[in-house]
Amino acid sequence: MYYIDPHVHMISRVTDDYERMARMGCVALSEPAFWAGFDRGSDESFRDYFRQLTGFEPTRAAAVGIQHFTWLCINAKEAESVSLAREVISVIPEFLDRPNVLGIGEIGLNKNTLNESTIFREQVDLAMKTRELILIHTPHLSDKFKGTRMIVDMLLEDPRVEPERVLIDHVEEHTVRVARDEGFWCAMTLYPLTKCTPARAVDIIEMYGDERIMVNSAGDWGPSNPLAVPDFIMEMRRRGHADSKIKKVVYDNPLEFFRQARNFKFVPPDTVLDDERTVIAK
Amino acid sequence: MTAALAANAVLDRVYLEIRCKLLDVAACLDRVERAEGGDRVQSDPRLMQIKQGIGILSSGQLDRAERIQMLFSDAYIANWNRREKPATNGAERR
Repeated sequence: MYYIDPHVHMISRVTDDYERMARMGCVALSEPAFWAGFDRGSDESFRDYFRQLTGFEPTRAAAVGIQHFTWLCINAKEAESVSLAREVISVIPEFLDRPNVLGIGEIGLNKNTLNESTIFREQVDLAMKTRELILIHTPHLSDKFKGTRMIVDMLLEDPRVEPERVLIDHVEEHTVRVARDEGFWCAMTLYPLTKCTPARAVDIIEMYGDERIMVNSAGDWGPSNPLAVPDFIMEMRRRGHADSKIKKVVYDNPLEFFRQARNFKFVPPDTVLDDERTVIAK
Repeated sequence: MTAALAANAVLDRVYLEIRCKLLDVAACLDRVERAEGGDRVQSDPRLMQIKQGIGILSSGQLDRAERIQMLFSDAYIANWNRREKPATNGAERR
């Protein structure tokens, strides 16, 4: 089955992972900007990071037939430094017209601090001024419920925000309704220990339906599995769900959300291209 | 979307998985208790949370997973963004 991984940090993965994902049916992915595992020293580090996300990673993905899209921001953890965050925010517009950029993300909260919320609002403001989609990171573990509620509060206080243009990520049993009841899209991250397992993600789909929801691997430099979406597909099949239902979650829903991005140009996998990559048949 | 399998089929699938996970939890709790100082951590708030979670497992109702999530969650403070005092850490309030 073709699928899209809407959140995976390929900068942290080897080329073999791209190949394995392609073999399992991945035809597109989106890679949000995130924390590198250490705090970067200047806005120039982020400029180089954004060059990698908009240049090198799409090239690596294309080599195995995967279309690579990305999101730009300063992540919630490094947003604790308000001055650095503002310098990075000033760099982002240089890259927004790159062909694989879907919007601003993954912005959000980490420890639910005032500094994080200040920079969150400033990045939402940037997205509104530049007419970009927003991808949101919600905090880990005990901070998640409180932080998700705070994020929704901040989004609702800005009348320019259209919920259908915002994706709230890393939802679990206790936050899925917080996100969806206000009209936002949401996503479940499939992790070995924290966040959701594939089985729990299927439980959530069974309980709350398949509208405005998707699943991702969030594969990164920590314990994670870039093939977690195929694991979700297998769990859905084991429970007897129809392929059409599975496809809605792993392919149709990400496409429906991404199509709102002004830069999103997706070539379906059954499209025939000529030598200059012009579509000649579908 | 609802579950596609009947309850007995689901139970067939998860019985050994649940048994295995219960044994894992039991062995983990034993491991903590038989380690040096095991008696002193019995009042550790994390262990108390875990024991409350085990209580939720044996309760009825459908939302056990959500209740366990909430057990391990910080409380949300309503109107957190509407306080009038200025921030003391350099951040701006709105």
